[in-house]
Amino acid sequence: MTLQPHLIRRLWLAVKAPLDGPLMLILGLIFALSLVVLYSANNQGLDKIDNKLVYTALSLSVMWLLARSRPQSVMNFAPPIYIVGVLLLLAVHFKGVTVNGSTRWLELGITRIQPSEIMKIALPMTLAWFFQKYELSMRWWHYLVAAVMIAIPCALVLKQPDLGTTMLIAAAGFFVLFFVGLPWKVILGGIVAGAASLPIVWNLLHDYQRRRVMTMIDPMEDPLGAGYHIIQSMIAIGSGGPWGKGWLNGTQTHLDYIPERTTDFIFAVYSEEFGLVGNVTLVILYTLLISRAMMITARAQTLYGRVMGGAITLSFFVYAFVNMGMVAGILPVVGVPLPFVSYGGTATVTLFIGMGMLMGIGNQRR
Amino acid sequence: MRPTRFKNPNVDESQFQLRLVVAYVFMLLMFCVLVGRFVWLQVYQHDRFTTMANNNRISLVPILPNRGLIMDRNGVILAQNYSAYTLELTPSKMPDLDATVAELSKLVDITPRDEKRFKKLLGESRDFESVPLKVKLSDEEAARVAANAWRFPGVEVKARLFRDYPYKELTSHVLGYIGRINQKDQDRLDEEDKTTNYKGTNYIGKTGLENVYEDDLHGEVGFEEVETDSGGRAIRTLRRTPPVNGNNLKLALDIRLQEVADKLFGNRRGALVAIEPSTGGVLAFLSKPGFDPNLFIDGIDSQSWASLNTDWQKPLINRALRGTYPPGSTFKPFMSMAALETHSIGMHDIRPAPAFFTLPGSSHQFRDSNKRGNGSVNLARAITVSSDTFFYKLAWDMGIDKIAPTVGQFGLGRPTGIDLDGEASGVLPTKEWKAKRFARYKEEFRRWYPADVVSIGIGQGFNAYTPLQMANATAILANDGVAFKPHLVQQVVDAKTGKPRVIEPKPDRVLAFRKENFEYVKGGMEGVLKPGGTAWRLGVGLTYSMAGKTGTAQVVQIKQGAKYNAAALAEQYRDHSWFIAFAPVEQPRIAVAVIVENAGFGAAAAAPIARGLFDFYLKGKVPDAVAGDLKTVPMDTADDSAATSD
Repeated sequence: MTLQPHLIRRLWLAVKAPLDGPLMLILGLIFALSLVVLYSANNQGLDKIDNKLVYTALSLSVMWLLARSRPQSVMNFAPPIYIVGVLLLLAVHFKGVTVNGSTRWLELGITRIQPSEIMKIALPMTLAWFFQKYELSMRWWHYLVAAVMIAIPCALVLKQPDLGTTMLIAAAGFFVLFFVGLPWKVILGGIVAGAASLPIVWNLLHDYQRRRVMTMIDPMEDPLGAGYHIIQSMIAIGSGGPWGKGWLNGTQTHLDYIPERTTDFIFAVYSEEFGLVGNVTLVILYTLLISRAMMITARAQTLYGRVMGGAITLSFFVYAFVNMGMVAGILPVVGVPLPFVSYGGTATVTLFIGMGMLMGIGNQRR
Repeated sequence: MRPTRFKNPNVDESQFQLRLVVAYVFMLLMFCVLVGRFVWLQVYQHDRFTTMANNNRISLVPILPNRGLIMDRNGVILAQNYSAYTLELTPSKMPDLDATVAELSKLVDITPRDEKRFKKLLGESRDFESVPLKVKLSDEEAARVAANAWRFPGVEVKARLFRDYPYKELTSHVLGYIGRINQKDQDRLDEEDKTTNYKGTNYIGKTGLENVYEDDLHGEVGFEEVETDSGGRAIRTLRRTPPVNGNNLKLALDIRLQEVADKLFGNRRGALVAIEPSTGGVLAFLSKPGFDPNLFIDGIDSQSWASLNTDWQKPLINRALRGTYPPGSTFKPFMSMAALETHSIGMHDIRPAPAFFTLPGSSHQFRDSNKRGNGSVNLARAITVSSDTFFYKLAWDMGIDKIAPTVGQFGLGRPTGIDLDGEASGVLPTKEWKAKRFARYKEEFRRWYPADVVSIGIGQGFNAYTPLQMANATAILANDGVAFKPHLVQQVVDAKTGKPRVIEPKPDRVLAFRKENFEYVKGGMEGVLKPGGTAWRLGVGLTYSMAGKTGTAQVVQIKQGAKYNAAALAEQYRDHSWFIAFAPVEQPRIAVAVIVENAGFGAAAAAPIARGLFDFYLKGKVPDAVAGDLKTVPMDTADDSAATSD
């Protein structure tokens, strides 16, 4: 039996129906670019490309499923996921695997999972669900409940310790509150209070966290120790110049001076080989992606849709900005991958889940 | 408390849209900041980071030049290089130094001596420098360490060129030795702006010719530009500047002669310097005892150092260069030259040579070494029989002002300018010298007494010269006043072109003395080896003409009326035995000064050494006393040299 052209066409239409065209185009471009960089960063090895293709395909299917689901029904999974997430974080606290002094993983026999990753999506979803539920009877104490819901996972992740992820989770929670309508007075008051409490926070930080902050302020202070990574990646970016050294020609990359060059520091590889032109191209692609996500969010019909869309978009921005800022030496080193470019399955799945939800929100029109 | 309610969806909607716009603008602004940062890094700071990236990846690896060889006049190698493995440790790269050393000692035989030397070197080196724990590993040991290298960060097996002095004690006071660069050397290199040329080198000439000719021997370091990864592994070579090997030195010294001299000395202490009068080339240069310079190359262990340093025979002292001794009667020929040149005596004047000499108005007796005296003699005869009373009187008559200037022209009492460092100047006594020497003492010590000159006349008193000075003076005398600067190195052979840079045998100066005076004095010295002369025994069987002068230098003053009794004196207080000589008299090819410490009469100990040396040098005859004991002299070459010398 041969496939009839109209059958293929119908299948194609069915697959494509829930997907957002502009978003898919931008994602496709970023993905193509990421393969090119990964090939170079992995010293022209194909093994990681293969893996990336596999987990991207998996992530795409998850995204597709979410894109064709009604946000209202997805929303209902939020509270149980949140509760399971908190329980898993507790499990990490008591029985987690310690690597390099921090306890972030749960050993499941076949694989290790990092429950804090779940919270990046589960927390904003749950908050959005919560505010949707009380949309018409909102009172001030609902913010308090929300604050507690943010504080629980944040406290657990901070204890691991994992400052970077804590901040990302807290930020996602805050974005929900922001779009729900947290009064400007409270936001500004919070910023002032936050600034005032910096010395206290400084005292609560671990030594290695303080070192990271100090290193960010002046990496040359400790060129062979904590500052080494940042200096090397800044050298990679700076020596790339306006036009880059050319694909596969980065000396910092190929002589092994860039740490974690397929994951957190992959931007240094890209920047060295493609220069300022490449960097601006990537920033433009991210800006387009954010713009499209904003458009979808702006047209969302429900509170949940608006709030969740906004939180996903801002979180995505934070990942991109924090990663590039860290590699370029203007932000402290925190373990944040470059969205859709860094090698790593977990983060990619999380991002595509976000995209899927965004598309789902976009598809729900009256 | 104000309830927050969302009653009006339109108000909500517009408030939400406003927040969306705020968020969007915020994100765009932040991206602009990021792009600003990229522009700063990639445009404004591009050059700086490009330099940093290049510094990262390109490292300059020094390529060491081979140190120049040192050869004797016949091309026999006296200092060479050989390649061997060393086990080197870089303290800054290892977590626990002691534990590493303990672990390594299971793989490699590390003696307590190695360990002591290592400790000493550690103290002298900086943390990031690699310090040898054991040198000259066997192939098997090197392989064992290399196989276990991963267990020991900061431990390396390196193939290095080592310096070797195959003749050990025989050449120690000529060649000196190289040693590891210490802080003092480093400071000097910094000062002379030579640090770059010593990249990768751990050694530098410390003493002797190795030190004086350091610039020639060292050569120029080469460099390799290597691309390295972050682990320091070399990926590929980008550029290479080859090193220029050090220049070779060809000496005037004849190692065979040196060995014959050494063997003739046996275990006795002293020094010998033989000079070719027509060039100033040093044929033999010996200070006994010597030491093994190889011990110093990689830092001497404290035990060996202590034993060398505290040895009562003082093997580390270069007696030929730095030992100053009263010349005793070997001074008389030069004294005679002064007397003739100042017309203080005529060639045919006959004067008494009694058993003792007393100064007018004094009862102090200056005794003659011949207790019966020598009757009445002329100057030449006085030299031949070594009459002390003759010369006491002569000196008394002349006064110091007539002696010192003439004698001084033979180079006595000042450095000869030989190509070795640290030469002693000795003492040619004058009134000015005495005033200066005793400046801090009372006037009665500073003042020049007329009587001071008496003992100076026979080479005692304040006189103090090095064996090198005596050999040089003898060579000048033999050469009728044409003086050369004594030199050990004859040629510096350029490593690049292979062309020798000859150290020209150019007369340093010519003494404006009368030829017949030279002939006269030399005649007196020739008589020394003839019947009636003080060393007549050594003249027996001479097949060439030889002139010499014996000398006996007092170490302690013998009391008035007492008798010198060698047996009654502790060895180190006995007289030194001197002999100066040259041959053949008509056209001198070799001049020598020999001193044997605490060995008594010149004729007894020092003179036979000179005779043996001359027999070998001029006739190729190996002295019976040392025959069969020589390493450097195969019999057939000895015969060759006999053939060429006739």
